[in-house]
Amino acid sequence: MTHRDLTILVIDENAIRASIIEAGLRDAGHSRVSVVHDVHGVGRVIERLQPDVIVIDLENPNRDLLESMFQLSRSVKRPIAMFVDRSDSSMIEAAIDAGVSAYVVDGLRQERVKPILDMAIGRFNAFSRMERELAEARSELADRKVIDRAKGILMKSRGIGEEEAYKLLRTTAMNQNRKIAEIAQSLVLAAGLLEDP
Amino acid sequence: MAATADITLGYMPLFDSAVLIAAVEKGFAGDEGLSVQLVRETSWANIRDRIAVGHFQAAHMLAPMPIASNLGLTPLSLELVAPFALGLGGNAVTVSRALWGRMFAEGAGPGTDPSANGTALGHVVENRRAAGEPPLRFAVVHPFSGHNYELRYWLAACGVDPETDVEIVMVPPPLMADALATGAIDGFCAGEPWNSVAIADGAGRIVTTKASIWRLSPEKVLGVSARFAAENRPALDALLRALYRSSIWCGDSANHEELAALMSGSEHLGLPRERLMPILTGHLALGDGTTDAIPEFFVPHAKGATFPWQSHALWFYSQMVRWGHAKHSPTKAERARDTYRPDIYRQALKPISAPMPGANMKVEGALTAAAPVGASEKGLVLGPDGFFDGRIFDPDRLDAYLASQS
Repeated sequence: MTHRDLTILVIDENAIRASIIEAGLRDAGHSRVSVVHDVHGVGRVIERLQPDVIVIDLENPNRDLLESMFQLSRSVKRPIAMFVDRSDSSMIEAAIDAGVSAYVVDGLRQERVKPILDMAIGRFNAFSRMERELAEARSELADRKVIDRAKGILMKSRGIGEEEAYKLLRTTAMNQNRKIAEIAQSLVLAAGLLEDP
Repeated sequence: MAATADITLGYMPLFDSAVLIAAVEKGFAGDEGLSVQLVRETSWANIRDRIAVGHFQAAHMLAPMPIASNLGLTPLSLELVAPFALGLGGNAVTVSRALWGRMFAEGAGPGTDPSANGTALGHVVENRRAAGEPPLRFAVVHPFSGHNYELRYWLAACGVDPETDVEIVMVPPPLMADALATGAIDGFCAGEPWNSVAIADGAGRIVTTKASIWRLSPEKVLGVSARFAAENRPALDALLRALYRSSIWCGDSANHEELAALMSGSEHLGLPRERLMPILTGHLALGDGTTDAIPEFFVPHAKGATFPWQSHALWFYSQMVRWGHAKHSPTKAERARDTYRPDIYRQALKPISAPMPGANMKVEGALTAAAPVGASEKGLVLGPDGFFDGRIFDPDRLDAYLASQS
């Protein structure tokens, strides 16, 4: 029993994140990992797989549905413990902060489940960091583009050089306590309105 | 004297979170010296978990939810108290157009009468069984919800066994209209605005309402962790006063346009305000071109709507026992009853002279006419209340009631 591979089901509407978690679990030596993105029909999946642990993202509005299946369905084995141990509130907090919840079959030993949840929490955190960095990089690129356009407008309309145009944008931004990109955006918008049709 | 405290309140995107939202947005909480942050959640399970780890001090909860938690029926059961009710009514039962067509052929309509429409539904269920068709599938939002227990009560009273004659599944409220439109379910019982959304989408027909199945019945409560309630009573009391004042504001028809606009904001329900007005006016578009006027469709303040009646808690308990969710024992019944805390309510609202009922329990269904009650300064009018099938729930005769449930 102790050496039996745990059957793990990952439910995550975000396919990329789910595959990152799946890869992590496989790296950790879990070979029986299944992933579903859509909770629709998950009851049948659970019945077929009889998972020991289910990892689900907290943003999923179908968490209540999942719990109710454990509550009411006679065909599903009844996993009642959540997270690792209901008394372990720091673990629950870490899981919630990361955006992950785990349902665990009652009676499963805590030390076998904790590494799985630790791994999932780690991957969730890494994923949200990655997403944040990606979003920042994207907005930086967009900022640079709009600043370049604003510089072009200033250079043309005032007959000044690039460096001077940038200085003008920066001084205005400082005076108004706003970002250079915001000033550039307003300028581009205003120039668009003033253009001849 | 005002208490000073930071409180984070969790809520689900349903209209009956209005008293909580208005308490913050209209400044009633600020007037009590409270700094309250509202957090919209995606599932009741998240609300429970975040109360467990202290992210939320209090939250919008399904009325049976704190009881289920205290009886150990839910994962991560923690001790909760319900010191305040967030209004009466607010739900409806909506069925697909196809099912409505069959119910109509069996004598349903034209309004939302639970007896006539329930009887018609019973005939449809019977016909389907005779024809070898699969049972109808109804959805509710959570097993421990007023929706689940009302739907079951209504079906059973109309001769439909909710355990064997139909299938009851769980669907999150914002997904109900879609599930109905795609045929995944044949009907649902959910809070507003999700019935009106299904009607506006052309997916279904409202066949009855919570207000007519159990008149003036409880729907959501303020759920608070027992620990927070024990350690932060001044803050909790201040919160209840803010909520009480908010309930008066929400219940005043002069504020309904403003309330609908507030709730329609993208940070709350994110729906056009005209879809939210039916719940406040009680003029529901039923979905077949007709409307019905249900004056007590949603009652945020009047008729003791904010009082946490222990008889309400015991009725939910009686249904938990009836449907096999809990095994009856006198200790459990007491635990269910004491989850609702009229003592906290009374103490918190005493300084603002809110009218109070004389008792903590009432016989549900005993008031056939509106009756002024209570010993405190201003009058309080209760009732008429009760169940559509005329049955009485006397909380002092719980065992007899349990025995009489089939």
